[in-house]
Amino acid sequence: MKHTLIASVQDQPGVLVRVMGMFRRRAFNVESLTVGHSETAGVSRMTFVVDTSRISSRIVEANLRKLVPVLDVHDVTHVPTVSRELALIRVKCAEGERSQVNDLISIFRARIVDVSTDTVIVEITGDPEKVDGLVELLRPRGIVEMVRTGKVAMTRGASARRALAHEHEADADPLELAS
Amino acid sequence: MKKTGAQIVWECLVREGVDTVFGYPGGAILPIYDAMTEYPIHHVLVRHEQGAAHAADGYARASGRIGVALGTSGPGATNLVTGIATAMLDSIPVVFITGQVPSKVLGTDAFQEADIVGITMPITKHNVLVTQIEDLAPALVEAFQIARSGRPGPVLVDVCKDVQQATTELRWPETVESTRRRSLPQLKRSDLRKAADLIAGARRPLILAGHGVIESGATQVLQAFAEKTGTPVALTLLGLGGFPRSHPLCLGMMGMHGEAYVNTAIQEADLLLAFGMRFDDRVTGNLKNYAPGSKKIHVEIDVSEIGKNVPVDLGLAGDLKQVLEALLPSVEARANEPWMARIEEGRNDTRSRDIVHRESGDALYAAHVIHDIWRATKGGAVVVSDVGQHQMFEAQYFPHEAPRTLLTSGGLGTMGFALPAAIGAKLARPEAEVWVVAGDGGFQMTQCELATLMQEKLDIKIAIIDNGYLGMVRQWQEFFYNRRYAATPLLSPDFVKLAAAYGLPAHRVDARADVIPTVERVRSQPGPALLHFVVQAEEAVYPMVPAGADLQSMIRRPHETPPEKTDASGAAGATEVAA
Repeated sequence: MKHTLIASVQDQPGVLVRVMGMFRRRAFNVESLTVGHSETAGVSRMTFVVDTSRISSRIVEANLRKLVPVLDVHDVTHVPTVSRELALIRVKCAEGERSQVNDLISIFRARIVDVSTDTVIVEITGDPEKVDGLVELLRPRGIVEMVRTGKVAMTRGASARRALAHEHEADADPLELAS
Repeated sequence: MKKTGAQIVWECLVREGVDTVFGYPGGAILPIYDAMTEYPIHHVLVRHEQGAAHAADGYARASGRIGVALGTSGPGATNLVTGIATAMLDSIPVVFITGQVPSKVLGTDAFQEADIVGITMPITKHNVLVTQIEDLAPALVEAFQIARSGRPGPVLVDVCKDVQQATTELRWPETVESTRRRSLPQLKRSDLRKAADLIAGARRPLILAGHGVIESGATQVLQAFAEKTGTPVALTLLGLGGFPRSHPLCLGMMGMHGEAYVNTAIQEADLLLAFGMRFDDRVTGNLKNYAPGSKKIHVEIDVSEIGKNVPVDLGLAGDLKQVLEALLPSVEARANEPWMARIEEGRNDTRSRDIVHRESGDALYAAHVIHDIWRATKGGAVVVSDVGQHQMFEAQYFPHEAPRTLLTSGGLGTMGFALPAAIGAKLARPEAEVWVVAGDGGFQMTQCELATLMQEKLDIKIAIIDNGYLGMVRQWQEFFYNRRYAATPLLSPDFVKLAAAYGLPAHRVDARADVIPTVERVRSQPGPALLHFVVQAEEAVYPMVPAGADLQSMIRRPHETPPEKTDASGAAGATEVAA
């Protein structure tokens, strides 16, 4: 199974190496990873898609939390989320076929963003399954080049933090401990 | 007041209560060494940086405080690596401070430049490169907090030379965000109730106590818990000392070289209470058939360990001492008599095979030597063992009653650990009687630290258990590689003469009758001494669970008469190797 994890990390040198080093060292299999700025200055946001057939996502999450620059991790696999991926696909397309290709990709709300004599570049945004669908449809025409960003995700509703915090409260009955 | 970066390093160490550091100077850390003399901290000059790392580690293991080691850039830093990994695998709080080339030349392959932050990223709890003076004090304060918080571990701070030389107004950070954030999830009442129910329902419960017992200071509450619930306690190698060996509920060590009745008890238990341990492969054997009929409760400070190797019915994330204190009032008082009777049967069978009861005749056995050191020291010593057969004999035949009386490299299994770690231990606890127990192989890896020992005038007794082989590897070759002893016969120096060269009194012992008198003689004389015990060459550690086999598939210690005496002294070994 695949799990989607979202992590907030301190935007500092080497943080990506630190995170990916942990994945490599623990032999956790990452399907995709995206990194970018978040709403807060100095905080980057990472979205991981992790193959959890050999290791539970809880352990991946716990290992991420052990890294000092990792501020927060959430497994959003079972939380309603909006997830998107962007792909640019250079596909063979003779001059006479452009309208045909255009019709096909418009079903996916994709668009042609560049044209040459015998290829076009198609841009598509959507959940990864939708991108997969278009790729499969274009493949017989001859995909010359492709780049996919990997998945980014955000929980639905008013606030991710509120929704996730609520989840934790459900079974909480904390015991006060003297420290 | 304005301080240089070098001064800030020492200010920080003083503020953290550090009294001793271990290190080796070099170009990129010279400003820090230059400032050292202004501060009331004792610096121990080692002979190799690996010795500094192990000494700081031994200091931490012996005392529970944070060890500190210094090294220069490049080779100084890379020489620390084995010691850093040793501390990482055994969760030992050590702060490493390395000099780095000036920030302007970083990344240019400057003289003695090595990317030590990159190199040590997977073997530190955290590490950081400091390129600006403003970041230095926060980085150091954070390093100490990270090293000691939660599951302890090593932290490395790499300080560029120009940062050491720069000056700034010293301000201590008020709070360190990263460690506050890493506070543990709170225990839930519902989980404690579930634990109490599982314990109440068990008829064959067993506690697996690990290093966490010692690190969290849970020794007393563990004993109260075991006694109240009538639960026997098996220990991991690093857990030895966490529960008194003489206690009727104490079973001793589990795992690959654990006694048969201990591993059988694990396989037959209906409830395993894993306290501060991590189900290492040396403890579990084949995971597929590990304790198949038992429920499992795992109390562990590192959440990522819960369910990592062994699926558990209940994981309690937290500090072991706090969890046990919270759990103790809600468990029933009981005695599991039929279960204990069954375990005792196995224990009696093991006793009948016990090497301690074996006649020694003319032969000298490693296990006898170690057991006799225990008898002569009345169990009161802090033993720092190296890695190999003698380490397992020590774990079996030197019963430990109190925490921090056995210091050994468990997770990484680092040969050469014992002598430098003992130097750290003795400096941390000058009042303790400290013994090094090492094999002829491991001892030679770091024997240069004898000079450190002499320079520091430390009263450490050293027992070299010399069988003329890399014994544990030879044992594997005997059992699993058709006795083809490839690269395991070992030529050693004359250890008595070696000791003399360093100025240590030393004695060679090759008869059982001489062991206790010699140990007593060196104990009665203050100051260091080295004892060279020439033991049986081809003795094996029993029982043994072959790597990856089921825990109950042990190679038992045979009921047999002792083999003919073979001389494995350095001289005879030399002929053998030369031939």
